[in-house]
Amino acid sequence: MITQPEETTAAYQTVVGLEVHVQLLTQSKLFCRCSTKFGAPPNTQTCPVCTGMPGALPVMNREAFRLSLKTAIALDLHIPQFTKWDRKNYFYPDSPRGYQISQFDLPLSEHGFLHISDPQGAFPPKKIRILRAHLEDDAGKSLHDEAAGKADSRIDLNRAGTPLLEIVSEPDMRSAQEARAYLTELKLLLTYLGVSDCNMQEGSLRVDANVNIHMQVDGEKIATPIVEIKNLNSFRAVERAVVYEAQRQYELWRETGKKLGDAPKQTRGWDDQAQLTRAQRHKEESSDYRYFPDPDLAPVLTSAEEVEKLKAAMIQRPAELRSRLQTDYALDAHDADVIVNQGRLFVDYFIAVAEKSGSGKLAGNWIQQSVLRYLNEQEIGIGEFDISAAALAEMIDLIQSGELASSRAKDVFAEMLNAKTTAPEAMKTLGIEAVDDSTLVTLCQSLLDDNPRIVADVQGGKQQAVGALIGQAKKKNPNANPSEVRKICLRLIDAM
Amino acid sequence: MALTPEIVKQVSLLARLQLSADELELMTQQLGRVLEYIDKLAEVDTENVAPLAHAVELSNVFADDQVAPSLPREEVLANAPKRDDACYRVPAVLGD
Ligand SMILES: [Zn+2]
Repeated sequence: MITQPEETTAAYQTVVGLEVHVQLLTQSKLFCRCSTKFGAPPNTQTCPVCTGMPGALPVMNREAFRLSLKTAIALDLHIPQFTKWDRKNYFYPDSPRGYQISQFDLPLSEHGFLHISDPQGAFPPKKIRILRAHLEDDAGKSLHDEAAGKADSRIDLNRAGTPLLEIVSEPDMRSAQEARAYLTELKLLLTYLGVSDCNMQEGSLRVDANVNIHMQVDGEKIATPIVEIKNLNSFRAVERAVVYEAQRQYELWRETGKKLGDAPKQTRGWDDQAQLTRAQRHKEESSDYRYFPDPDLAPVLTSAEEVEKLKAAMIQRPAELRSRLQTDYALDAHDADVIVNQGRLFVDYFIAVAEKSGSGKLAGNWIQQSVLRYLNEQEIGIGEFDISAAALAEMIDLIQSGELASSRAKDVFAEMLNAKTTAPEAMKTLGIEAVDDSTLVTLCQSLLDDNPRIVADVQGGKQQAVGALIGQAKKKNPNANPSEVRKICLRLIDAM
Repeated sequence: MALTPEIVKQVSLLARLQLSADELELMTQQLGRVLEYIDKLAEVDTENVAPLAHAVELSNVFADDQVAPSLPREEVLANAPKRDDACYRVPAVLGD
């Protein structure tokens, strides 16, 4: 029988597939040479091609195609030798041609994958298959003139014709968390590749989610009709929308019993304010796009040699860097994950510090605990950080050689930032110098002479009593290394 | 396959054409004849012919990614049936 509502979380399996559109980092549009720069005044970056004037001839942007291939290779997608462009026909005010130039049956890449994992272990690592990635052009923007209270919409075509790569996953995600992990990893990969800035606010990365649920009822497998969710403005919105939509479908199924095939695929919009999905106005027959090959655009042939060349030039991807940091620099999985997720510049900084100081472990600790914390507090990136990798490595060297006590290193780090200086200079300013053994022994002996009760306590078996002396030692000489003081005091008491 | 008025109605909807009953009948006849003519192609033996993906013999036609000047906005908007100083104006796009 059907499970009770209280058990709904276990009553069904959420199934998610994601369509991600990323704007490629080109200077000019996909089929004309108008600028793609964001934020220009409306309709100042258009021409006869991107406004769909009769007789205008689109020509493919070489860089857009190159960036697409690069992404395809990074996602382990297969790149067929032949690809072409098709017209996807529909009428909408922000699409001046009456069709979008997209790819239908012969996309530039297909059948790849992306590995996802969760450092907190929310789900086991898994491979998300990618169905295809294809190149298409963007539409313009409708501006709603609410203030004027008029019945008009205003159209800005600056964005029309901007190159988009659409990356379509298989429905391989089984929770909102997995969907988010996929998006996070995909975004990280795309920024490593430098193919897109993935800025969601500016529309450089857009997500649509296909969601339904699977259930076992009386030994029968049941799936609900698939819903496509639009208007997802952040990864958090994706997560929440998936959770909401799965539960909505479960309740709807209990009410109506409608299964996959009983109703057509529906499009719903996420309302972030109300935290729910709403049915979108049904565009009559809008799914009949009547694709046909675009006669204005020549197909593109890519040889196996070209693909091999691109593969050879592929950078290390985030997943590969994570394991490299673990093997080469003795970081654990969590630390490697934290560092790699900060981006390529940050990884380079870590590697430079680790190489120069010869200690991956210390470099990892300092970079995570001190550098990253500082960057987050200041809301800046590693590119704007004042301590160079060489300077941090020098500080770590001084710790390793014993010239700088770990207990004082944090002060030195702060002073280096404060005075924009090197570790030796900072130590001079702070009056930090290594205290030689005989000075320490003299210091400890005088402390013991002044504190016979503590000496008696320690002799009576209370070793921890010596702790009180460390504070006193630091007062007398701030450079006294606490663990050294402790060792020497115990040794002297022992010898009494 | 014979062309029916239902199919023509469907196609005219996709093309945003509003046909009167008379026009619908006329179009059904005329378009039907066009399709019959094209059906002649079915008589050709294509058993050993690879499907054609594109009619042009060219391939790999690219332009470099270099920005060129766009049109002045006044020129861009010159033909718009309805406009303001910066944008085209169209009947309200329903928020969905
Ligand atoms: Zn243009």
